[in-house]
Amino acid sequence: MSAPASPMHSPEAARVAARLGLRPGRANIDVFAGTLLALARADRNILAVTSDSRGSGKLVPFGDALPAQLIEVGIAEQNLVGIAAGLASCGKKPFAVSPACFLTARALEQVKNDAAYSDNPVVLVGISAGVSYGALGTTHHSLHDFAALRAINNLTIMAPADNFETCGAVRHAASAAHPVYLRFGKAPLCDISNPAEPFVAGKARVLCDGADAALIATGETVIHARLAAAYLRETAGIACRVLSVPAIKPLDAPAILDAARECRALVTVEEHMVSGGLGEACAALVAQSPHHPRMRLLGIPDERTVTGSQAEIFRHYGLTMEGVAAAVHSLLF
Amino acid sequence: MHTDTELARKSLLYRREILRVIRRAGAGHTGGDLSCIDILNVLYNRVLRVAPADFSDPDRDRYVQSKGHSVEALYVVLADRGFFPAAALDTLSHYRSHFAGHPTRDVPGIEQNTGALGHGLPIATGMAIAGKLDSAAWRVFTLLGDGELAEGSNWEAAMAAAHYKLDNLTAIVDCNTLQITGRTRDVMGNEPLDAKWAAFGWAVRRVPGHDLGALTAALSSPPEPGRPRVFVADTRKGSGISFMEDAARWHHGVPTDDEYKRALAELDARLAQLEGAAA
Repeated sequence: MSAPASPMHSPEAARVAARLGLRPGRANIDVFAGTLLALARADRNILAVTSDSRGSGKLVPFGDALPAQLIEVGIAEQNLVGIAAGLASCGKKPFAVSPACFLTARALEQVKNDAAYSDNPVVLVGISAGVSYGALGTTHHSLHDFAALRAINNLTIMAPADNFETCGAVRHAASAAHPVYLRFGKAPLCDISNPAEPFVAGKARVLCDGADAALIATGETVIHARLAAAYLRETAGIACRVLSVPAIKPLDAPAILDAARECRALVTVEEHMVSGGLGEACAALVAQSPHHPRMRLLGIPDERTVTGSQAEIFRHYGLTMEGVAAAVHSLLF
Repeated sequence: MHTDTELARKSLLYRREILRVIRRAGAGHTGGDLSCIDILNVLYNRVLRVAPADFSDPDRDRYVQSKGHSVEALYVVLADRGFFPAAALDTLSHYRSHFAGHPTRDVPGIEQNTGALGHGLPIATGMAIAGKLDSAAWRVFTLLGDGELAEGSNWEAAMAAAHYKLDNLTAIVDCNTLQITGRTRDVMGNEPLDAKWAAFGWAVRRVPGHDLGALTAALSSPPEPGRPRVFVADTRKGSGISFMEDAARWHHGVPTDDEYKRALAELDARLAQLEGAAA
């Protein structure tokens, strides 16, 4: 397997990150596991439910500290979600943790019926999401999960961009009255959030402002949008608003529509098939609004996805500082 | 507690009501309703600790109907137990009615939304684990179809329930040996069922699925400590109506006027017989 990707995918990106003062942080999955353990120590109803996934979910310390609060179901994702739904219906707060590729495909019917339709407040935690397992091939990619889950009623979908958003999303999910899907990768990430601005579930976060273009991104691509904004300002005097969108559903429609009204161009960025993802969700909002800035939807195209490390796959499809900057140029000039 | 005669009378009246509401709705899973109705009669009138007045009580027993398509049987029994007025069933399958063709929690007394097969046992397993975590006295029951056992998720849950020694979990297989296409053994054979469950670590008993006394004895018996249990109930699809019995075409057949009259006549004759014997 390839080494975990560095958040900086080129020397130029590393230079811009240094200028912004960004320092490499931890992987979101590590922050998830630590936050969950802290919450579970204080509430014995919080459970981790795993499908032979405690290692990749970084939940070995959780299992050691609170063995009675970790339910192992073996390699059985349908049962993982069904059992979690049953637990939730009896007052438990289960976090069902499994690689996103399996959790949201093999167990999709359990997600739809047992979690969402029956309204059991399960937290579904898709780990090693997107192309985190890039070198392992399409079986291990989850580039369909936003699309599949967006079409299911009564399910919140969150993909945190950094450690700060992860902590906020996990805490929100732990107290949510309805089912939530959390999506995490495993790459170490820079903290790009302003910690003075509290995490509000369902709200997009403005990382920097500008009116030439809005860069609307989610999950592990937000860092590249943030770097692209700094790079464009420095090299071309282009002012970009960067919107980090931790909640794919419900989408912060006012923030997206403000960007459509106030910015000349919109670029969406996601580690997901363009079909059915954040970009198309934004495009649907914008198309039905009075404002129609030029748009470009960046993501994985509808083709057999290349294999390689997450960084290599991001470079291949232009999900990088340079790729996002080029998309902005193409829309403005 | 109802007497045996009262319970037997209920089984006939429930059948009458199932046919009435299916006729009215113009749709329903007649055959499967009739194969599981005696099991539901015993569960709701003799075994389950549930009541309309305190259905939100966290200490209630849980019942999950995995074979959700036999919902008319469940609705009829819940109405009789007072969870909602029987007249509500006149809206079965109507536009915007809560009484859909599969159970939903919009209907008082329904624990979980079911309808897709292979979902009930995993959910029931999760409930039973929750009960164990809380050292609770309440129990979990789930009803499965025999055709449904082709869904692999059942066997994932069967493995987990034995692994976690869930002696607070009871599964009942409504083993009517028919599914929509025909004989279960021809569609996808699942026998020997007893040996399969036993191999997964469950305590297994076969029980005659239309014998109210045998069902009462079985479902009221104490569990075997440390093991989940399953009752494979030998039932007949369409049970109680001579021309519907053991015929795949009644899976979701709706009786015609004439068939309805004949079915009621059969049930009324047995009701009269029962009342004559009791008098």
